[in-house]
Amino acid sequence: MSFVIDIASGILIALGCFFIVAGAIAMLRLPDVYTRVHGASVIDTAGAGFLLTGLMLQAGASLVTVKLVFVLAVFFFTLPVAAHALAQAALHEGVKPLLSEDRTSGDGKDQAASGRQP
Amino acid sequence: MRLVGLFGGLFLFWLALSGLFAPLLISLGVVACLLATAAVWRLNMVDREAQPLELLRGALTYWPWLVVEIIKSAWNVTKVVLHPRLPISPTMTVVKASQKTPSGIATYANSITLTPGTLTTGVSGHTLTIHALVKDGALDLESGGMDRRVSQFEGTA
Amino acid sequence: MMFAAAAMAILVALSMVVIRAIKGPTVFDRVLAGNSVGMLAILLLAVIGFLTGRPQFLDVALTYGLLNLIATLAVLKFFRHGDLAYDAEEDSKP
Repeated sequence: MSFVIDIASGILIALGCFFIVAGAIAMLRLPDVYTRVHGASVIDTAGAGFLLTGLMLQAGASLVTVKLVFVLAVFFFTLPVAAHALAQAALHEGVKPLLSEDRTSGDGKDQAASGRQP
Repeated sequence: MRLVGLFGGLFLFWLALSGLFAPLLISLGVVACLLATAAVWRLNMVDREAQPLELLRGALTYWPWLVVEIIKSAWNVTKVVLHPRLPISPTMTVVKASQKTPSGIATYANSITLTPGTLTTGVSGHTLTIHALVKDGALDLESGGMDRRVSQFEGTA
Repeated sequence: MMFAAAAMAILVALSMVVIRAIKGPTVFDRVLAGNSVGMLAILLLAVIGFLTGRPQFLDVALTYGLLNLIATLAVLKFFRHGDLAYDAEEDSKP
């Protein structure tokens, strides 16, 4: 039985590490602030979720598992707040998002060439 | 009634975090939880919005659905990012939130931000401004599947 | 063994995020990278707690997670308003 749990938690931890590294690669490769936020959210939701679930399976039914659930809750409640504040502050400062299509006004004109404000 | 529930919740939180059951520490915990409960009572924050116990039943169906959505879209973002040609098409769009209460709109905006690939950049009234990494994510949100789910979740309260 | 591999993966991701924090053209890239460094540090603390068999590290991780949010919001508020003690009513004044 413990062998099965070891295998399952190993798979979950490996998946978590995969998503964490993929999110970090996203933060390196993507072109501007708003797209990089998506990379950070891959790290903080999928990566952290899988990794901490794997650790929970290792810990079994104990207070350690409760604390891991709290850590996960902290991740899931703080990420949207931080991401939203970041996007709003960047928009307020006038950092233009690099867009291939802007559907906010409904005309869908191409803004890819507008670039970033210095 | 809500005050007793709040005290019980805080005390369970204290026990879970400390993990020590010496009489001195438990009595300290009782005093701390009583002080916190009294402070909340003085602030008049004991109401439906601060302790939405009624939402727990809806949360049992909504949160698993949200987790599945997060995993699916995280996989989509990962595919886009690891693709050698980096086929991104960043899109800004506007969606309507059909929720009635402010906390329902906040739940919807936070769910959008939690899902990798879509990000809420602004809220004004019942319209949300969304930044999406690929165009399909923006179109998905415009079709309003998540909006209906959150309204249903809000309606269970 | 499994935990050591996880710690290595987190360290690799951490180094990439630090590169972004150094390169980042705007200040918001750096704030975002700083936030992600904090999140990865929490995960690293949890994994190290299991690696060394001392789950007390999780308490540190919890506290660090709460502080990380406050730090990010404080820095963002500072760059948006140039002041931490900002009064919302100042916006409406001419």
